[in-house]
Amino acid sequence: MHQSDLISSDIDAYLKAHENKSLLRFITCGSVDDGKSTLIGRLLYESKMIFEDQLTALEQDSKKVGTQGENIDFALLVDGLAAEREQGITIDVAYRFFATEHRKFIVADTPGHEQYTRNMATGASTADLAVLLIDARQGVLTQTKRHAFIASQLGVRHIILAINKMDLVDYSESVFNEIVDDFKSFAAQLDIPNLHAIPVSALVGDNVVEGSRFMPWYEGPSLLGYLESVDVEAEETSLPFRMPVQWVNRPDLDFRGYAGRIAGGIIRPGDDVRVLPSGKQSKIARIVTMDSDLDEAISGQSVTLTLTDEIDISRGDVIATSDTPSEISDQFDTTIIWLSEEPMLPGRSYRMKTSSRLVSATVNAPKHKTDVNTLQKLPAKTLQLNEIGNCTLAVDRPIAFDSYAENRQTGSFILIDRMTNNTVGMGMINFPLRRAANIHWQNLDINKAANAEQKGQSPAVLWFTGLSGSGKSTIANEVQRRLFATGRHSFVLDGDNVRHGLNRDLGFTDADRVENIRRVAEVSKLMVDAGLITLVSFISPFRAERELARNLMEEGEFIEIFVNTPLSVAETRDPKGLYKKARAGNLKNFTGIDSPYEAPENPEIEINTSDMSVEEAAELVIKGLIERGIIET
Amino acid sequence: MSATAQIHLTHLQRLEAEAIHIMREVVSEAQNPVMLYSVGKDSAVMLHLAMKAFYPSKPPFPLLHVDTGWKFKEMISFRDDLVAKLGLELLTHTNPEGLADNVGPFTHGSAVHTDVMKTQALKQALDKYEFDAAFGGARRDEEKSRAKERIFSFRSAQHQWDPKNQRPELWSIYNVQKHEGESIRVFPLSNWTELDIWQYIHLEQIPIVPLYFAAKRPVVERDGTLIMVDDDRMPLKDGEQPELKNVRFRTLGCYPLTGAVESTADTLQGIIQEMLLTRTSERQGRVIDHDQAASMEKKKQEGYF
Repeated sequence: MHQSDLISSDIDAYLKAHENKSLLRFITCGSVDDGKSTLIGRLLYESKMIFEDQLTALEQDSKKVGTQGENIDFALLVDGLAAEREQGITIDVAYRFFATEHRKFIVADTPGHEQYTRNMATGASTADLAVLLIDARQGVLTQTKRHAFIASQLGVRHIILAINKMDLVDYSESVFNEIVDDFKSFAAQLDIPNLHAIPVSALVGDNVVEGSRFMPWYEGPSLLGYLESVDVEAEETSLPFRMPVQWVNRPDLDFRGYAGRIAGGIIRPGDDVRVLPSGKQSKIARIVTMDSDLDEAISGQSVTLTLTDEIDISRGDVIATSDTPSEISDQFDTTIIWLSEEPMLPGRSYRMKTSSRLVSATVNAPKHKTDVNTLQKLPAKTLQLNEIGNCTLAVDRPIAFDSYAENRQTGSFILIDRMTNNTVGMGMINFPLRRAANIHWQNLDINKAANAEQKGQSPAVLWFTGLSGSGKSTIANEVQRRLFATGRHSFVLDGDNVRHGLNRDLGFTDADRVENIRRVAEVSKLMVDAGLITLVSFISPFRAERELARNLMEEGEFIEIFVNTPLSVAETRDPKGLYKKARAGNLKNFTGIDSPYEAPENPEIEINTSDMSVEEAAELVIKGLIERGIIET
Repeated sequence: MSATAQIHLTHLQRLEAEAIHIMREVVSEAQNPVMLYSVGKDSAVMLHLAMKAFYPSKPPFPLLHVDTGWKFKEMISFRDDLVAKLGLELLTHTNPEGLADNVGPFTHGSAVHTDVMKTQALKQALDKYEFDAAFGGARRDEEKSRAKERIFSFRSAQHQWDPKNQRPELWSIYNVQKHEGESIRVFPLSNWTELDIWQYIHLEQIPIVPLYFAAKRPVVERDGTLIMVDDDRMPLKDGEQPELKNVRFRTLGCYPLTGAVESTADTLQGIIQEMLLTRTSERQGRVIDHDQAASMEKKKQEGYF
């Protein structure tokens, strides 16, 4: 019985059938004029997802701004935002929905425009399948290759090559075959387990929903026919069990459940599990849902698990099967796609979010980047917007993970800029680095506490930040003089002095400034371990690096001192004549002139040098140390 | 919905799991979340999902209803009964200035009314309680500009949405980081369609406002739209006489701005049957959408949900 008849005659039977539909998420991609929007519009139209009022609006729009003369321009149905309509191209990821008798579909429409690789990667990250459109007149273009490469990098295991506009090449079998061969010879170097080619005409509607009227030589299913039948789920449930803990559910003292979405495999009460990264073992007691406890739950479900033992588990831990638990490491080899206008800064501390854990991460300079057009590996110092590179990455604590090739949920991460909070990078873990596994901390008998006790003080870092000429070193010098006079053990790390030795190899680009601060932060940490009150006098213009230094120390050990001097005042002082040089254009990347200074938002101590003498400033700092219990009066 | 003895999840199970995952992420990472509860069918589904997401705990956030003062009476009584039954905290907010100025759709027109009593009122409420994350029941299939909105949609301290500058959303890893004063609108039902909503209501037997079911109600026809005379604040034009018609509503909002459809569907199955056979979209009944094509995008940039 046809479904519309079933709706009229037996709605209960219809509902029963439709409640058991599966779900397929796919992306469409191709070059600007390959007809993606037209194809999606056609699928929506043919699957009766367009209502009459929308159709009327579409007809009006088609006449006004359409590109198909008096005919309906299906692309208008899909192109959403006003600005994009005017430009006539899709510039962001849009999600569309349609359903047939067997499946519900979520389509990510991703742009083919050159500079929008990140949108394609966004759409591909949640897709089970990619429909790659090719204009039959154009054949395989650079962009086709790029999109195939990105899809394979993002672990999309099914690709349909939809060779479109067949009506414009007389529905020619040889044209179709040539394009397919061409693509296959390129795709041999990519990891695409399931590749299937289908000839279509989205404009005419041939071989999209029904089988082809014009291509008797093509014997396979129509595009929609293929989308309805392809199996994409079985792989997920056959993975080893994983569930990242999102939220600990404690309504009362008697119940402690771990809420999360299963990221692979199947789980049943009684199964042995290991909690990572702690490695503690237990058994599943119950799978709790509001409806009733379950006998079994599978990948993709959101559940609440209880364990037979009381062990300490918090958000971000992973509950995994005991047989094949996730790996644990703090350093990884990764593939990163950069999503921000601001280039990646090797050495900078970014926030990294995995399935449900937020950590700090530092990315090293890429081993290489990949030219998405030629797939050539090129040397690179950083990654720019839309670039894909291979980088090693270190996090501030060990985390549980799987390689992305094994599990897309537990092998993926995003990088977040600490200043803007924007998502600036996306990454896929390839493998853990041996380095992390093989270098262990050497336990020393004389530790930080012993060093500090011997000196009768609490070690700390006094981090002076401010413009060149603001008075950092002068004040640090005065503070150290006073500490020395009262028998404290201290040391000053001065920007200029350190650049003469340890950091002699660094210049003043953003990347070098980041590395400059990273090294000084590590040195000051060693000095704190030695029990010293360490005074750091560095311009340290970027918040992210000062944050990195702060995170290296223990709570309360890091005291940020903002030496606040307006640029005009510092420039008048100009003790080293540097501002003059910078203004004359003889000194590049000078902070405050042609390189930014990011003032602290919440410094522990702020010194306004315009209305304070050096002595008063030093007094303020000493007072701050007493208040914080670093030194006694 | 139990998945026992099956190796695939159905589309509704996947949508449910996704929405629950989203809610738990927000609760884990936001400081002060709230659920915007509009009393409509989408809110009903969203609330049901929240009850599931945190079971056996109660959802760890309050509900917020922006009451324009012009909602159907049945919506308000349904709301109060449900909240009492579930034992949840409900906050309601009406724009006090709008109330003092007697702003209403009949006197000020739909545009002013919606802006003052809905858009501005929502901003006031979010500011008043300092909520940094607000769940909304919007779906991407409702309207073209929504199709491109993220699940986690950032708003400036002035509540503005910048469609050109949205954060990329990768996998199901949501970036919840934000600056002081900024907030996030979160749409757990982003990937649901109208049919999914109805099927889920049917499958899970979720209670909804009786206005969705056909019954005899007093209506007048204006510009081709059937408006229900819900109270005596509705000024009748010359010759207008409320007629008792068998009608129901496909969406619910302020009664003067919500068109009824003639219908005999008085069961859930009947509603779904009618929806599948009808040829007009649900937003057709909304008076505010009838201006130019990009109107919703404009409203959203201004802070409309």
